Amino acid sequence: MVIGLETHVELSTRSKIFCSCGGHSAAKEPNDCVCPACSGMPGMLPVMNKRVVELAVTAGLMLNCDINRYTTFDKKNYYYPDLPCAYQITQLNHPICTNGCVTLKTASGERDIHIKQIHMEEDAGKLVHIGRASYIDFNRTSVPLIEIVTQPDFRSAEEVLVYLNKLKSMFRSGGISECEEGAMRCDVNISVRPEGSTEYGVRTEIKNMASFEAIERAIRYEAQRHIDAIEFETEKLVQETRRFDDVSGKTFAMRNKETEADYRYFPDANLMPVIIDDAWLEEIKAAKPVAVDEKADFYREAGISEKEIEMLIHNHKVSETLDKVVSLGCDAKNAAGWLLTDCAGILRKNGKLLGDLEICPEDLAAIIKMVDNGQVNRMSGRKILTAVIETGADPVAYCKENALDARVDISTIESVMDNVFKENAKAVEDYKNGKVKAKQALFGACMKALKNTADTAVIRELLEDKLNRC
Amino acid sequence: MNAYTIQLSDKGTIAVDDTILVKGVQAGAGSRILEGFKPLFSAEAVTRLENKGYIISGKTHVGEFGLDLAGEFSYYGEKEEELGGAAARLVSEGTVKAAIGVDLNGSPRRCAALSGIDFLKPTYGTVSRYGIISCAASGEQMGVYAGNVEGIKEIMDVIAGHDEKDGTSLKEESYDYSTGIAVAGKKVCIVRELLENAEEDVRRHVEAYGEQLRKNGVVVEEVSCDIFDTANTAWQILMTAETCNNVSRYDGVKFGYRAAEYRNIDELYVNTRTEGFNFLTKAVILYGSDVLSKNRYDACYGKSLKVRRVVAEKFEELMKGYDAVLTPVCSKTAYRAYDIREAFEKVFRESVFTSMANLIGIPALVSGKVQLMGKQFSESVLLSLAGIAERVGE
Ligand SMILES: [Zn+2]
Repeated sequence: MVIGLETHVELSTRSKIFCSCGGHSAAKEPNDCVCPACSGMPGMLPVMNKRVVELAVTAGLMLNCDINRYTTFDKKNYYYPDLPCAYQITQLNHPICTNGCVTLKTASGERDIHIKQIHMEEDAGKLVHIGRASYIDFNRTSVPLIEIVTQPDFRSAEEVLVYLNKLKSMFRSGGISECEEGAMRCDVNISVRPEGSTEYGVRTEIKNMASFEAIERAIRYEAQRHIDAIEFETEKLVQETRRFDDVSGKTFAMRNKETEADYRYFPDANLMPVIIDDAWLEEIKAAKPVAVDEKADFYREAGISEKEIEMLIHNHKVSETLDKVVSLGCDAKNAAGWLLTDCAGILRKNGKLLGDLEICPEDLAAIIKMVDNGQVNRMSGRKILTAVIETGADPVAYCKENALDARVDISTIESVMDNVFKENAKAVEDYKNGKVKAKQALFGACMKALKNTADTAVIRELLEDKLNRC
Repeated sequence: MNAYTIQLSDKGTIAVDDTILVKGVQAGAGSRILEGFKPLFSAEAVTRLENKGYIISGKTHVGEFGLDLAGEFSYYGEKEEELGGAAARLVSEGTVKAAIGVDLNGSPRRCAALSGIDFLKPTYGTVSRYGIISCAASGEQMGVYAGNVEGIKEIMDVIAGHDEKDGTSLKEESYDYSTGIAVAGKKVCIVRELLENAEEDVRRHVEAYGEQLRKNGVVVEEVSCDIFDTANTAWQILMTAETCNNVSRYDGVKFGYRAAEYRNIDELYVNTRTEGFNFLTKAVILYGSDVLSKNRYDACYGKSLKVRRVVAEKFEELMKGYDAVLTPVCSKTAYRAYDIREAFEKVFRESVFTSMANLIGIPALVSGKVQLMGKQFSESVLLSLAGIAERVGE
């Protein structure tokens, strides 16, 4: 089985590729994010979004590509109502990245997948069919995409999935794409040849699949269809474009009209060539986030568990916060706990997910440090964190306003304890009679009397001391 | 016919060709396909003029997408026996002070020559293309019609300069449009091959214009240069291909005209475009789509891109010895109305005088019914040469 992939990935930019509209993720209603430019009105001209170039270059660097310093745009012509200009702006002759390579680790060993090219292009809109009427939603029109084209280097569906998952975690951690459902779409080229043969068999292409599950099923089905055709002469294979039907799990040939179109590509004279000079490339390289593998190794070394590493790698924003908190002087393992247990818990209580986390790394670092140096206890720390996440409170001010400081002087604690011992004479008696549990009740009463702010270790020590003395 | 009328304000001073957008005012580019389209914004040049206190007095008819000889095939305009173009006529009558128009394939230059006024197609990239109903991004350029070179300078000073909304706009904030630099000793050549393409009275007129320059100390020589024919073919290929692509967005789905009868999306496209475009635009679409097709691309479009580079080099070579080229603008002194089925051929032939400037982005000034071309950014030389002749004429 020989497979090549073309993967379209939607980039996480604030605005579209050639206009200042927000991407469709910002849209609430159809056609919310549309301007004269991305709806094809005459008079508007495309203006290149620099960020798109930077993200495409970052992706190229991650996939070990050559970055082409001179890159141009072409127009691809076809009529479809979701394409407002009747052409798509893409790159044919001078794509931004070429000649990359990525190594996959699978159960059956390692394999190098060569990347032929990465190019930038714009997405099309969406048609919505309601009854007999059709409506057009241009929110997705001109959303930036990169298309990553591999050489026919895959030998199994498993390798394809490993590759796609690798792209996904790489792009998420790199801030290139959120890779949400539908934001990663694949065309699969597949052929089958007898073992030992070096010549490729007849190749078919399965277009536009948006889920990994569909891609896997489609590859398995299509490969089997090829094998049956070759071994049992069930049908004659022809080079063609097919689509995968999710319901039946089969692939079907698409009409010629859709596949044999002449797209009449030609250079787009509205967009000047993009020149990436040394300074700009260095800037992009410097801003490029650490590769996932390196990052995971760092976390592992810090003693973070594999499960937590997974969580971090898949939640790019959270791992970015963690890295910042660590750079502010906090311990990585400890900080990871705060993020993945405390923050996650607080968010969950508010009906939100870890991915929704919005916290300023400086605030989190301040809380962790307050706890670490005994200024507040762990419980107060969490209380402050809750306030920060829920209401955007300032941690230091909140601690002060709510008198959470654990550094209460000993004489205050002693007088509180005296009171507690008087009010809980029975518990003190029980303890002396060998009921160890009674100590816990006394501890609780002391903490309560001190509004739960005190340093628990100090209280335990003083309590132990006092009990031994009486 | 559902023609829309041009509103002229008596205070008005600037007319705007209908290929340029003015916010809220129907923009048709002379084509039925855009019927009812009202733009949400004004062209950058219009905004700059308004900001300087100029009053946009109205929109002027153009031939559909500016593809014809001299404005004769507008869906909205009146049919006229003698061609001349609405904007050029308003300027020559003194109804407006000046007008702006898009030079896609020489039409405004021919109109200016027929009416005896001036039109400057400036260097490519000096005036923003934001807000023009674009057909051929690589060579179309907005320019100015005015009664004399001072009028051209006045308007160019306002509209030229960088605009970030146009990716092809050059970075300079302003350019030199002086009309009075010394011309004595400047060298001008008349291209023999172009003279031979024009009728006898046009030829004599160009030679007389050269004589006028000579009297003012300009060196005028006849030269042989064979690149104008090649340049014309290349520009017609590039221009039709780009136009074919740019007008494909007019499909009846989003705005403008939509056919009344259709049963499915294909019929909606076909019927709308069949009814919405005139014969000349259809010819351009067919030609343009052919030169871009897979098996013709290399021989036509790809080759024209290469020719563009070679011609630019050869023109530069020619300009090492001269400051400007003096040529006819039209092969005749006047055009009569004719059948649209002859238009594609006719425009192709007449564009031999004008295509060079579109192809390689050089400035071309029409004044006194002749054309002066120079290398990029040489507008002040052209304006000063024409200025001398204009002042003598007075
Ligand atoms: Zn937009």
